[in-house]
Amino acid sequence: MATVTFDHVTKAYADGTIAVNELDLLIKDGEFLVLVGPSGCGKTTALRCLAGLEEITAGQIKIDARIVNRVPPKDRNIAMVFQSYALYPHMTVFDNLAFGLKLMKTPKQEIKRRVEEAAKILNLETLLERKPRALSGGQRQRVALGRAIVREPAAFLMDEPLSNLDAKLRVQTRAEILRLQRRLETTTVYVTHDQVEAMTMGDRIAVMNLGVLQQIGTPPELYDNPVNVFVAAFIGSPAMNFATAKADDGKLVLGGTTLHLSGEAAKAAAQNRGRDLLIGFRPEDLVLNGNGRADDVHIPAQIDVVEYLGHEELIHAQSEGHEIVALVPSEQKVQAGQEVKFAIQSNKLHVFDPETELNLTARG
Amino acid sequence: MGGSSRFGRFQGMLFASPALIVLGLFVIYPAYYTIRLAFYQGDFNFHFFHYLGLKNFKDLLTNDPDFLDTSKFHGFNIVKELVYKSDGGALINNVHWVIFYLSFSLIIGLGLAVLAVRVRYERAVKTAIFVPMAISATAVGIIWLFVYSPNPDTGLLNAIIHGFDNGFHPIAWVGRPSLVNYCLIFAYIWASVGFVMVVLSAAIKGIPAEIMEAARVDGAGEWNIFRRIMFPMLSLPISVVTVWLFVNVIKVFDIIYVMTSGGPGTSSRVIAFTMYEETFQNFSNTRGPGYGAAVAVIMLVLVAPVMVLNVRRFRSERVVT
Repeated sequence: MATVTFDHVTKAYADGTIAVNELDLLIKDGEFLVLVGPSGCGKTTALRCLAGLEEITAGQIKIDARIVNRVPPKDRNIAMVFQSYALYPHMTVFDNLAFGLKLMKTPKQEIKRRVEEAAKILNLETLLERKPRALSGGQRQRVALGRAIVREPAAFLMDEPLSNLDAKLRVQTRAEILRLQRRLETTTVYVTHDQVEAMTMGDRIAVMNLGVLQQIGTPPELYDNPVNVFVAAFIGSPAMNFATAKADDGKLVLGGTTLHLSGEAAKAAAQNRGRDLLIGFRPEDLVLNGNGRADDVHIPAQIDVVEYLGHEELIHAQSEGHEIVALVPSEQKVQAGQEVKFAIQSNKLHVFDPETELNLTARG
Repeated sequence: MGGSSRFGRFQGMLFASPALIVLGLFVIYPAYYTIRLAFYQGDFNFHFFHYLGLKNFKDLLTNDPDFLDTSKFHGFNIVKELVYKSDGGALINNVHWVIFYLSFSLIIGLGLAVLAVRVRYERAVKTAIFVPMAISATAVGIIWLFVYSPNPDTGLLNAIIHGFDNGFHPIAWVGRPSLVNYCLIFAYIWASVGFVMVVLSAAIKGIPAEIMEAARVDGAGEWNIFRRIMFPMLSLPISVVTVWLFVNVIKVFDIIYVMTSGGPGTSSRVIAFTMYEETFQNFSNTRGPGYGAAVAVIMLVLVAPVMVLNVRRFRSERVVT
């Protein structure tokens, strides 16, 4: 158990590509931190830097108080779970689990005890004598996890460990990993490109894009208060709607519709009078034919397509030249071609500066 | 499926027949002929002349010091055998070939393969090491004759040693019965190591990087990664290469023919060389080509089990992966 610190960490490759740019992160002891972002955003590189598999170009990485910049991976006391699981194909499950302990010259009895304990936690007891090729994807995944936990390392590093599992197993294993981490209270850095995984698993989430940390916070913080357009668009599924509107005193003009605002949004509009601003609103915040709350903003739209999801339905619609998506309870019967009005609470409206892409309505 | 019907079976045979005919004509029939000839004295036209039964084999193994001289063989005391190496005949020489050629080719080849993947000019290095592979054994022999030449103006090896030690008297490396075999073996290793390296370095590249990385994170240093991950994962290619080297060394002939013609005396003869000598050169009243055929049969007997093991190993690996 340990804290992990990234202090202005930069990783540049020989060809000049900057994979990680000035990354600052403080991961608390026992915390489950998720690094999330689209592919190529530098999240895996950051993790590999922490593992010692990549050398950093500038900055410092600390595990507890120890600077590990030049410490080889084997001496960092961390365990890593790889996307491909990277099990040793010529060893049995038992030997795969015991490998790290053997290298540490752990006594045989102790190895046996710890491997069996890990096998019990992960339900691998009956598979110990098998070779990896005789295991299913889910079982291999559990062996990879087991290999990490037997060593009782200072931190777990996980690089998209669920991406090779099918959807059902992924949901199940997600919960399993969480349960395991809560139980062991080991500091965990988890890399994924899947924002649902990030939202459901992380104590905190760090969103990265193009090598730069965009925002770090708890899942509700990121969902409610994205600092910029990228985070707003990345977090949440289906993704946030965006539209361009002209700012005026306390209102925004979206095509032929005037949106009368209150609160932060009104302030942002007033400060940027005459400018085009980007407004963002989440599909699930839109209410069909909203019944007149005072601070509601109304957006007219024509329905294109309705996707029925069972409990809910996804409405694709055109509004003032923008394509918008709304997620509404499915009892509301609407049809393609129909003209409707969506209502949204003014304080659910995000206003972004189109140049800096920063959120002008972010609270706290 | 067509395979189960009569027509299907006929069709299958039809397609296989060209290969079968070639195989029968050039492998199976000559093999049969040779094995049969080994029981005869034979004549200049390789006819089955004068049946001898097992006499050829008996003579070879008990009565031919050029092929096997157990009186000079230090038994299985390998250290003694190597230190007091003396002329134990072609079969013992070939045992030396197997031990030294096989182990050094593998060790050097594997070492180079491991190192080659780490250097910046990997391709250039590999090409340089692989080049001897592309040279014919005859040319290899001539090159090394120069290297071993006792004339210090042409003999590279003598010149090098002379450079370190002025009082050194040039040695006729391939002219000494005690050294000649090792000199030949070394030249042949030089010519084969490139192949071993190329095959093994390709296999090393086939090991997923993540597995090595996992081992590094798990606490393994370079040596442990090599010993516990790389080496076991290379066991199949290593065994394939070993078989190739083994077959190669059992039938080694050309380089010896070029460099020493089995000499000085008969001290650098090996099995294949003896086969050639006895079949085509050494006719006498009592020995004909049948004697050489018997040597060929012994060679076949030595190679066959290794081939069988290899094929079996391949089959089992294929099933599980």
